[in-house]
Amino acid sequence: MATVTADNRGLRLATRYAVLILIAIIFIFPLLFMVMSSLKPSAQLLADTKSLRAFLPVGDLSFDNYTDAFVRAPIGLFVFNSVLVTGITVLFCIFVCSLAAFAFVFIDWGGKTIIFSILLATLIIPYETIFIPLLLMASQLPWIGAEGFEIGWLNSYRVQIVPFIADALSIFLFVQFFKDLPKELIEASRVEGASWWTIYRKVVMPLSGPVIATAAILKFLFMYNQYLWPLMVVQEEGIRPVMVGLGYFTDQLNVPWGEVMAYLTVITVPVLAFYLALQRVFIASVASTGVK
Amino acid sequence: MATVKLRDVKKSYGSVEVIKGVDIDINDGEFVVFVGPSGCGKSTLLRMIAGLEDITSGTLEIDGQVVNDLEPKNRGIAMVFQTYAIFPHMTVRENVAFGLTINKASNEEKEKKVAEAARVLQMEHLLDRRPSELSGGQRQRVAIGRAIVRDPKVFLFDEPLSNLDAALRMDMRMEIGKLHNSLAASMIYVTHDQVEAMTLADKIVVLKDGRVMQIGSPMELYHEPANLFVAGFLGAPSMNFIPVTVEAVEGENIAISSPSLDRISVPGKGRSFTVGQTATLGVRPQYIRPASGDSGMLHGKVALTERLGSETVVDVTLASGGTLIVALPEDKVLAEGTETSFDFDPAQAHLFPETP
Repeated sequence: MATVTADNRGLRLATRYAVLILIAIIFIFPLLFMVMSSLKPSAQLLADTKSLRAFLPVGDLSFDNYTDAFVRAPIGLFVFNSVLVTGITVLFCIFVCSLAAFAFVFIDWGGKTIIFSILLATLIIPYETIFIPLLLMASQLPWIGAEGFEIGWLNSYRVQIVPFIADALSIFLFVQFFKDLPKELIEASRVEGASWWTIYRKVVMPLSGPVIATAAILKFLFMYNQYLWPLMVVQEEGIRPVMVGLGYFTDQLNVPWGEVMAYLTVITVPVLAFYLALQRVFIASVASTGVK
Repeated sequence: MATVKLRDVKKSYGSVEVIKGVDIDINDGEFVVFVGPSGCGKSTLLRMIAGLEDITSGTLEIDGQVVNDLEPKNRGIAMVFQTYAIFPHMTVRENVAFGLTINKASNEEKEKKVAEAARVLQMEHLLDRRPSELSGGQRQRVAIGRAIVRDPKVFLFDEPLSNLDAALRMDMRMEIGKLHNSLAASMIYVTHDQVEAMTLADKIVVLKDGRVMQIGSPMELYHEPANLFVAGFLGAPSMNFIPVTVEAVEGENIAISSPSLDRISVPGKGRSFTVGQTATLGVRPQYIRPASGDSGMLHGKVALTERLGSETVVDVTLASGGTLIVALPEDKVLAEGTETSFDFDPAQAHLFPETP
């Protein structure tokens, strides 16, 4: 009897791992293709796509594509711009959205249900529909900068950051998480004499690691992948982000695919680094929502 | 010096009134227990005193000052929650000192007060642990410790023992009793457990459906319940209720009878009755004794005998069809199926004009 159960368990474990490995392969292959292709000359790269060789480090391998790509486009600058814009947006987003969610969940005020519903309704509005009005608005917004008072936010870091700080999805994530925190913790803090600000800082946020990680990763990916908006609002090369930088390679008759792959490999590094840094907390959050 | 005074306190959620006009006086240093069945409003009332729920109308005074509109932190109270509500990301020391930290107490003061609370609650060895490393009883101590360091005028306990197992509950109950003796502070304690109410309270407030049913010392409530609800709620096993008809009103005494009960005369205790009305006779199981032969007032057949060691509980089917619970001292056994008659002292019986 015992051996039967042991066998069953072994079989189940094997099946589970087989499925997991299969899924891992499906997710790894595009990355593998990208990295391998970045090491091959364009002609070989295209020829290899007809077979599994596309995923293997075979043939004439070199780092030429990387050197060429760095000559063609100021990659370092683009990565710096993207990381700067994304990083600042993520930080402000976590702060602003968690504060908004805190007010929705813990503080009683008139009309909060209606306002929250309106906020959620904005989730179904596609960005494409508001890009043009947003662009017009951004072109007329005032700003006090180094040269004094000016009109128009175009061609700046702030036009890439400010419109994306607050969003309904992040607020929603925080609201859902806050609702599951025991409300006695908040009440106990109030009885102890804590202000709302203290409760936010000392009680709620220290317990919100998982949702902070989730919101941060989602925001990071969204911001890092921004293409259409920066394409419209930024003309200056100096503040251009990575995705727009891709245009340096694709606006010609013969696309240098090797260089494109090298470029993509380089700009993927910050995303992987960010994800790995938050991975443990992120998995904890997915796991905990699964259990509930 | 802290008294608490509630005057015609009401609470409504929309059109639903959950607290329907409550008057309670709590003296300095008194241990008051709010007891009642689920949904009677006892926790809501406590939360209103704490300031966690608004008071719809009426006044709440703590120490002579009306505090209806004061924030919880300004009411001079400390509260211990059913779920402990200790902060999982802080050590025991940080938890206990939380109130002091946010009110910017000096480090020496914090050290001193935390050490004092830890000594009183015997948890000096736990101070550097995290809540996840503590048992339920230890967590409850931390919650009480956090209350102690604030030197509150009034301690509020919201069913603090209901998440503990039976043995631990008894230990903690005694600890809370001792704590009250040593701190001599006013305490308000909410529970649905009548044993906690009887053992801890100087004064019990019995609540039902948002109204006060009776206020008094545990023994007062036990021996002189004001109404059928209080009579049935306190005491284990519960008081027996026998439907009776009023035969005659003889000054202070009321003559009653029923199909299962011979005509007897019981004290009316100031309640008014009219001849012919139906009423309810209440007799505690402990006051009923088997009569010799057929001479008793109540007649029935033994249906079940439960021996608990300290007492034996006998379930009797009355001749008229109702049931009677009799609690006999120690190991006295009545064989199941025997026809028996029972006696009790009419002076220890209660006659209520209402029917259950």
